[in-house]
Amino acid sequence: MPELGAAAVLQEQLAHQHQFDDVEQQREATSLGMWVFLITEVMFFGGMFTLYVVYRALYPEAFAYASHHLDIRLGATNTTVLITSSLTMALAVYGAQVGRRRLLIGALLVTMLLGSVFLVIKGFEYHHKFAEGLVPGAGFTYEGPDTPHAQLFFSLYFALTGFHALHMVIGLGLLTWLVLGARRDRFGPAYHSPVEICGLYWHFVDIVWIFLFPLLYLVGFHLH
Amino acid sequence: MSEHVVSPRVYVGIFVVLLVLTAMTIASAAFDMGAMNTVVALAIAVAKALLVALYFMHVRYSPRLTWLIISGGLFWLVILITFTLSDPLTRGLLGSATP
Amino acid sequence: MDTVADTADPRTNYLNADYGIRSWLLTTDHKRIALLYLVSVTIMFVVGGLFAGAIRLELLTPGPDLVQSDTYNKLFTMHGIVMVFFFLIPSIPAVLGNFLVPMMIGARDLAFPRINLLSWYIYVVGALFTMWAMLTGGVDTGWTFYTPYSTVASNTKVITAAVGIFITGFSSILTGLNFIVTIHRMRAPGLTWFRLPLFIWAHYATSLIMVLGTPVLAITLALVGIERGFKIGIFDPALGGDPILFQHLFWFYSHPAVYIMILPSMGVISEVITCFARKPIFGYGFIAVSSLAIALLGFLVWGHHMFVSGQSVYAGLIFSILSFAVAIPSAVKVFNWTATLYEGSVSFQAPMLYALGFIGLFTIGGLTGLFLATTGVDVHVHDTYFIVAHFHYIMVGGAIMGYLGGIHFWWPKMFGRRYPEGWARMAALIVFIGFNLTFFPQFILGYLGMPRRYHVYPPEFQVLNVLSTAGASILGIGYLLPLTYLVWSLRYGARVGANPWGATGLEWTTPSPPPTENFPRVPVVSEPPYAYDRPAAPPYPEPEAKVA
Repeated sequence: MPELGAAAVLQEQLAHQHQFDDVEQQREATSLGMWVFLITEVMFFGGMFTLYVVYRALYPEAFAYASHHLDIRLGATNTTVLITSSLTMALAVYGAQVGRRRLLIGALLVTMLLGSVFLVIKGFEYHHKFAEGLVPGAGFTYEGPDTPHAQLFFSLYFALTGFHALHMVIGLGLLTWLVLGARRDRFGPAYHSPVEICGLYWHFVDIVWIFLFPLLYLVGFHLH
Repeated sequence: MSEHVVSPRVYVGIFVVLLVLTAMTIASAAFDMGAMNTVVALAIAVAKALLVALYFMHVRYSPRLTWLIISGGLFWLVILITFTLSDPLTRGLLGSATP
Repeated sequence: MDTVADTADPRTNYLNADYGIRSWLLTTDHKRIALLYLVSVTIMFVVGGLFAGAIRLELLTPGPDLVQSDTYNKLFTMHGIVMVFFFLIPSIPAVLGNFLVPMMIGARDLAFPRINLLSWYIYVVGALFTMWAMLTGGVDTGWTFYTPYSTVASNTKVITAAVGIFITGFSSILTGLNFIVTIHRMRAPGLTWFRLPLFIWAHYATSLIMVLGTPVLAITLALVGIERGFKIGIFDPALGGDPILFQHLFWFYSHPAVYIMILPSMGVISEVITCFARKPIFGYGFIAVSSLAIALLGFLVWGHHMFVSGQSVYAGLIFSILSFAVAIPSAVKVFNWTATLYEGSVSFQAPMLYALGFIGLFTIGGLTGLFLATTGVDVHVHDTYFIVAHFHYIMVGGAIMGYLGGIHFWWPKMFGRRYPEGWARMAALIVFIGFNLTFFPQFILGYLGMPRRYHVYPPEFQVLNVLSTAGASILGIGYLLPLTYLVWSLRYGARVGANPWGATGLEWTTPSPPPTENFPRVPVVSEPPYAYDRPAAPPYPEPEAKVA
């Protein structure tokens, strides 16, 4: 059942910033802006992916054995958590589009919960790595072939998942902002750009993980 | 970005497919298929990413400019990776610039 | 939002629409933000120029009498960092681009005015970080931050400087993002892509480079910081890494970055040449598409900085061929500008002097670039003064001349005042002479074998070095002159009307200075650009305007 706010709320939703001619132009521009931003993010992570591709091509054995040290169950769990959070994020956008405020807020909160679960699991993983001496640097203790190049794997692991986690934290901040706005009836069928574009951001962060999971966790899975 | 409203049923359907693909990628990684391991893993990842992009991110219902931006960005990433990779993989092939 | 005031009210333009420091520091008006950038980049230009002065003073003599090698290493590093990241990259886009892009397309502002202001603050914070690095010990890695020296051996403020540049990169990204969305979505009715001024095409292509390249610089600097800070191996060969990979990632951005520096300048030249030849530009379509071609091809050539780094010869071959290809669209522009002059009614106002200087000096810089793209030549002149001369011909002889030309051309629009034409022409001439005296000897020095980044050199190179330093002092005077008379003109310059040059373009249909909202009514465009050959072309010179 659509739950629109008062006429004043609708009025606010229909307003557009002065530089735009109408709401449609504002919506298109906002969306275009977020897509361009996501491309910058593709190139940002792309630098690290490039290093990964090169080093793995050069040192496949080191990477396979190093990857074997990652906990695939935690990785798989996190993958499932993030994919689910993308579902709930999409449902949140749907809620805004059809004016179902409770669905919007609820779905946003579940997304945030799942995102937090992801970060907690990640925290456990990092803690394990630290305890096992697999953090590159002075205390790096690793038994396996080609230690220097295995260390590269772990450097990239921490860089990639670290920046990914940072983006998740930012995402949680964005979702908090959305929840606060949704509670004040800022979003509805007439105006929900912020929900859409934060959704785009969230899905993008999910897509990065969709590639990180096989590249980091599954390389050496067949090694027993 | 269009105002096309996607039904939650579609979202849930895509979600299920994503879970299945995740299970498939883990299962396939358990077997040693040599170079095919990477190919299969990346193919599945690409499929998952496409589903998220097309349906969750509404790219399927987006204007052509959005498609252009996405393909352009991915193309640029391909440039970065392939050109960079071409160096270490071909060192020593044509001699050396510095004796 | 502000409404356009009644003409009887003296508050008619963006400069006097509101008063007080808060109205400037919290503005979202693209024109005011452009002026904020103008002040900031000018300050950074002076800082970078002081470093250059110190370098040239040291190089007056073959021995190390002014500074020791450690300090000298910091001087050229900081000169490069400041000039590249804090002057050349932002200058035209953030000053002229911010001011003119919305006006040229008939918009009230950019798509995201608050993000525009944010980009300026990010620039300032990045600049402060970098200044902090310089004041607390400096950086000596070269602006190129090559590993493993930067991540392992150097004991200077590498991380601080890297953070500063990382932050500033986002200013660039947000500016580019803003331009792309604005140009796509906010053009006035009738303003199709092939009716856009070439200044817009240039800034669109520049923005593509900014958003695609800068993020790679960001992650590369972040990884340098991580490797250095946590003492892990990513690029460090002692820990299993490949230092050449750093160079790949670094130059993937830093080569296209030079196109960020030159494309906007080329956009300025297109506007100035047509106006002062009173002719439509020759080959508009070719120039427009060539900007996109430069943006694309510019991303495919970065390995030409790495011919002797240990990069594979095979890769070097590919990069060399592609580097020849990227010269073609630039040459197309030079031919078309020259053809525009042919049978034009040419006048030699200061902007035109800068534009003509640009064409000649950019051609020399570009041709020497072809020499360097030839691997066989580059092996001999890499890391010599030949390289230094090559890129200064493009960056100073090209980009900065275009910047100054553009500043002069649009100064009356921005401030409603004429600058003193006599002084301006003289300054342009002094800049031209000083520039050539500074950098032409460096081609010879490099060819004769003088390496760059050395504070000492064999005595037989001294004469050419003295010439170069003499040129640098003349060049410095040439820069101080505009700084002086432009500021003077703000108070004492003759007032102008909407179109003192009789130029085509939507920005010239507004009062000078323009009102905050730019256009009281959305303009409708039905003419091709540069319609100087039409009967309805604006008259030049404009009849002396009544005081606005």
